[in-house]
Amino acid sequence: MIVSRRATLSLRAVALLYLGLLLLLPVGVVFWRTFEHGIGTAWAFMTTPAAISAFWLTVLIAVIAVPLNTIFGVGAALVLTRSNARGKAILDSLIDLPFVVSPVIVGLALLLVYGQGGWFGSAFLNNGIRIIYAVPGMVIATVFVSLPFVVREVAPVLREVGDEQEQAAATLGASSWQTFWRVTLPTIRWGVAYGVVLTTARALGEIGAVLVVSSNVAGSTLTLPLLVYQRDEQIGGQVTTSVYAAATELAVLSIAVLLVMTLFGRRKDAS
Amino acid sequence: MLYLSVIVLIPLAAVVVKAVSSGAGTLWSSIDNTLTLRALAITLGASLLVAAIGAVMGTLVAWVLVRDHFPGQRLVNALIDLPFALPTIVAGLTLIALYGPGSPVGIDLAYTRGAVIVALMFVTLPFVVRSVQPVLIELDSEVEEAAASLGASNATTFRRIILPALRPAIFSGGALAFARSVGEFGSLALIAGKVQIASIVIYADIESGSEQSAAALSVVLMVISLIMLFLIRRLGGQVDR
Repeated sequence: MIVSRRATLSLRAVALLYLGLLLLLPVGVVFWRTFEHGIGTAWAFMTTPAAISAFWLTVLIAVIAVPLNTIFGVGAALVLTRSNARGKAILDSLIDLPFVVSPVIVGLALLLVYGQGGWFGSAFLNNGIRIIYAVPGMVIATVFVSLPFVVREVAPVLREVGDEQEQAAATLGASSWQTFWRVTLPTIRWGVAYGVVLTTARALGEIGAVLVVSSNVAGSTLTLPLLVYQRDEQIGGQVTTSVYAAATELAVLSIAVLLVMTLFGRRKDAS
Repeated sequence: MLYLSVIVLIPLAAVVVKAVSSGAGTLWSSIDNTLTLRALAITLGASLLVAAIGAVMGTLVAWVLVRDHFPGQRLVNALIDLPFALPTIVAGLTLIALYGPGSPVGIDLAYTRGAVIVALMFVTLPFVVRSVQPVLIELDSEVEEAAASLGASNATTFRRIILPALRPAIFSGGALAFARSVGEFGSLALIAGKVQIASIVIYADIESGSEQSAAALSVVLMVISLIMLFLIRRLGGQVDR
């Protein structure tokens, strides 16, 4: 259909204006607020002990959660596409649960199971293992919310490529382990990579679930997103440069993730 | 399967058990009170509005990204994913920075329903765009040309040819946006204030130690989520076909 020049231009203007107002302008303002008193001030806020420990805790949680979900994701995708196991359809539906359950409910759920007086909580506590209001709980919460990404990226690729090559490898005498490393993994690598990027983005930014199971003590169980939330609460709505500094750190991390995402997205489509 | 059980299934089961632990009557009475019903009504209303706006604007943005060509288009295309990449708490903060107290543009929406709507629009922006875009790319332009050569106006072609093809994608994108809005917490945590959004109410309940009522509201939200999940899968099947 041939759209007149004027209609094209006005549609373009509406779309760009919408995106500008909704996306760019707000994010731009945060950057501006961070650096309005100079880069030195912003840097000073980013390097306070609380901010540094929050940064490393955020990274630590991601470093634990992402590999776990990657291994599970590839495994589950293989089960979904390559096996005839019973209950496959149920597994397929269950995997999407973390996408549709509210993060706060995830936190509550973990609290009820692993918290004091919870199903398994007392058993762990008696052995001196603290899960809720400590780092392990925050890791489990992060694993929960970022669980489906790798499966959902890898399963379609596996379905698409079919299993002829794998069968060929098997006929030529390759063990299933060899087949996986030499044939399957190379074909799905961009799907895996894209899933890992999405998992990482979610793991770095998660707040709802982690908030419920964290004790919110600066220096021990505060991640960067929690730092942003907490400082704002203490100040009572008056947002200060320190909050913006933490937010900028997160924004920079996520823009890096976005760049990688765009790059991998293109590779994935090309292959 | 064990991993899935330990991480996902057992905890969710615990919520359900907690909610019904003191009998179905108690569960019903903790749902059937003004505060809870109000929270549900506000949440569902806001989510529905956001899904509707998202469906219209998302389709428009997808159209511009596919059919229009202008310098910087690839950058704009990459930007669409920003709300997925940006931590939701930062999303909330950005909106406070721009539309909150001391706003540089002089609009103060903080702690109002308007703010909630804007925050939800922000975090759900990619859903409709990303589900409509591939369908629009695949769409056969010959049918459109045939319609035009038979004398159909642009409006008729759009309404009769293009829209029906896009409808499943728009609906499934809208349904995803709706599902996300119903449970959204991070971006609203800073900006919702006294607006009684379901996830915020649940969090407040947990903090004040009333796990029972938090679990009750959670179960209602989970039921809504499951229905949405089911609908999305049905629609997803249609898109594939």
